[in-house]
Amino acid sequence: MSVLLVLPIVLPLLAAALAIIAYNHRTLQRIVAVGALIAVVADSVFLLLAVERDGVQSVQMGGWPAPLGITLVVDMFSALMLVISMVTVLSVLIYAIGQPGVDQDQPVFHPVYLVMTAGVALSFTTGDLFNLFVAYEITLAASYVLITLGGRREQIRSGMTYIIINLLASTLFVVGIAWVYAATGTVNMADLAVKIAQLPSGTQTALSMFLLVVFGIKAAIFPLFFWLPDSYPTARMPVTAVFAGLLTKVGVYSIIRTQTLLFPQHRPSTILLVCAGLTMVIGVLGAIAQNDMKRILSFHIVSQIGYMILGLGLFSVAGVAGTVFFIFHQIPVKTALFLATGLVEQSTGSTALSKVGGMIRRTPLVAALFLLAALSLAGIPPLSGFVGKLGIIQAGLSAGEYAIIGVSLVVSLLTLFSMIKIWNGVFLGTAEDPTLRLAASEGETRLATPLLMRGATVALVGVTLAIALFAGTLFDLSERAAQGLLDPSAYIEKVLG
Amino acid sequence: MSFFSALIVAVLFSVGVYLLLQRTLSRIILGLALMAHSANLLLMVVGGRAGKAPILGAFGPEDSVADPLPQALALTAIVISFGVISFLLAIAYRSWVLTQDDEVEDDVEDARIAQLGEAEMRRWWSRPK
Amino acid sequence: MTQRRSVILDLCVQAEFHTLLLLSLYLLFAGHNQPGGGFAGGLVASCAFGLRYVAGGSSALSRSISIPATTFLGVGMLFAILTGCVSLLTGHEFLESAIFSADLMVLGTVKTSSVLFFDIGVYLVVLGMSLLLLQQLGGADGTDPDEVQP
Repeated sequence: MSVLLVLPIVLPLLAAALAIIAYNHRTLQRIVAVGALIAVVADSVFLLLAVERDGVQSVQMGGWPAPLGITLVVDMFSALMLVISMVTVLSVLIYAIGQPGVDQDQPVFHPVYLVMTAGVALSFTTGDLFNLFVAYEITLAASYVLITLGGRREQIRSGMTYIIINLLASTLFVVGIAWVYAATGTVNMADLAVKIAQLPSGTQTALSMFLLVVFGIKAAIFPLFFWLPDSYPTARMPVTAVFAGLLTKVGVYSIIRTQTLLFPQHRPSTILLVCAGLTMVIGVLGAIAQNDMKRILSFHIVSQIGYMILGLGLFSVAGVAGTVFFIFHQIPVKTALFLATGLVEQSTGSTALSKVGGMIRRTPLVAALFLLAALSLAGIPPLSGFVGKLGIIQAGLSAGEYAIIGVSLVVSLLTLFSMIKIWNGVFLGTAEDPTLRLAASEGETRLATPLLMRGATVALVGVTLAIALFAGTLFDLSERAAQGLLDPSAYIEKVLG
Repeated sequence: MSFFSALIVAVLFSVGVYLLLQRTLSRIILGLALMAHSANLLLMVVGGRAGKAPILGAFGPEDSVADPLPQALALTAIVISFGVISFLLAIAYRSWVLTQDDEVEDDVEDARIAQLGEAEMRRWWSRPK
Repeated sequence: MTQRRSVILDLCVQAEFHTLLLLSLYLLFAGHNQPGGGFAGGLVASCAFGLRYVAGGSSALSRSISIPATTFLGVGMLFAILTGCVSLLTGHEFLESAIFSADLMVLGTVKTSSVLFFDIGVYLVVLGMSLLLLQQLGGADGTDPDEVQP
């Protein structure tokens, strides 16, 4: 059983090592990377099944017992996140292999991408606060390389902002860990859950807020989101897509994990709800102001984070279940939207709303893919976004938080509005840029996107449709995850024995 | 936690924050490095008093042994910040090669949108009543 | 290198180079119970190559080592991870260490642990990383492979 927990971290790292050795053999690198990620996806599905059958799974690294050694723990929440993120990572990898000029000219792409995957998997599985920091750093170090890959001027500029902000957050994280250790004498999360409960409430609040700020920067919640819409759009499209889908969600995962396990509350948290509301509103208003597909979608990342924090802030099983389901739906949907944008960029050379137009006639497939993902993002029934939002809204209504629910409904409407803005600008109408018109008249040669890119996008949109189709089962699993989060006794017992 | 080491942590952190708020890239990087040092020092400080080397089986129960965990954590954090800051320096060098300048640039697209917004506002205020 | 090389530095580096490498190996093997270990050893080895670079530039560096730096990096990672996996395959937890001792007759009893193999991995990673840094950032006389037009 312990093998299942270790493999999502070990396999990508092993593959990364092999991919570095095969530095100049692109085909070999591709085989190793795709093979490793397929194995990791299979492994995470087995892990989900094991958790579903036997409850929380844990393993002690190096065989050192719990509060001393590093623990890996997988509960229902981690298992769900692991499955969907690994599926997403795999499809983006295939997309990246298909896109000309991403991994072909960059021998470091595959190793670094695999290391990032290992970091993400470790953040989802670790049961140790300091190990979470290490997992973050593995992910971030790899993401620094990915975001500046190619080294164009615009990338360096925005990558710099990204690195500085994240380095600052990491430094604060170390400070937070030092304080937690000073107060409790341990960094094992299960052990912390027991020991933090015995601290004076003022200390608890201070630690809780400090960690919220640290993870808030990574998750891009208000008022710590400003770096995201600036830095994400400049990277290569597969990189932007995987960052958009995954990295902020790792931050949200950590917020949920620490706020439920270490600092449990039993009534709605005002500060989280206020942050959630402002994140939603500012994100969506920012999106409306933009005139570029990538930037609109980047602001929507911020806006959707608000929903996740909203569900958590309610601190009820229904609310957290809604959040878990919502994250599970967001990861593939957001990534699929960016991948579809990448297809537009690949065939027209631009993502500016003013330059692109009439794509529905030229590439109906891309239009259909984008439409499905966009409607799902806006929460139109019967797509997956609707189920998640409905869960959160129902939980909010039953908790009596009417104001924030009203805000979230308005934001939902504005999301739909800005998706329609992209739809009208890019897929309907005519291209205003004369060079693009020329390209259209040249025939399909320039417009044809590589099969792998289209295939990966179709697969990911298929995943989001499957989420809608199996929403009942998945929502049951999310509810079990939420129960496990709000009553962590099984988690603590499993780790501490 | 001794007062003196706590003071050093505080001073390093505040100097780091001051440098971070500058607009020159090299100062920002120095600021981040100082803040990283300060965080690592804080880890050492919270570890409590110095003591004997904590080797399994090399001491009796009555010996006062140093707490090994913060040292391990600080060592890890040092290696990580060392790696990231050197990457940041490499990027800063690249930025200098590209722009011949050390300043942090503004986001072009963001500035453009802000201009559009201002123009809109002006039109709104000067509309015929 | 267009500049003239310093004869004193050159000779000193030549004398020191192998000694430093030997010292780094000593640190690597002594690391389990004494100060040292893979990281320290790797850094000392990097210093040896760094001195080569300081004395003769990147051409001297590339002459003194023919294996690509990325291979060091990859093999090192492979070593470290496989050490963890071996304990997994023998039915223990990931990264669990084992202690071996062998009686080598003349040399006396040698005691070592599986941590040594992990340390060898770290040594290679550190060395590979530093070599990569020297090669990529220290490209001599404008032949920086990263050089791009603004």
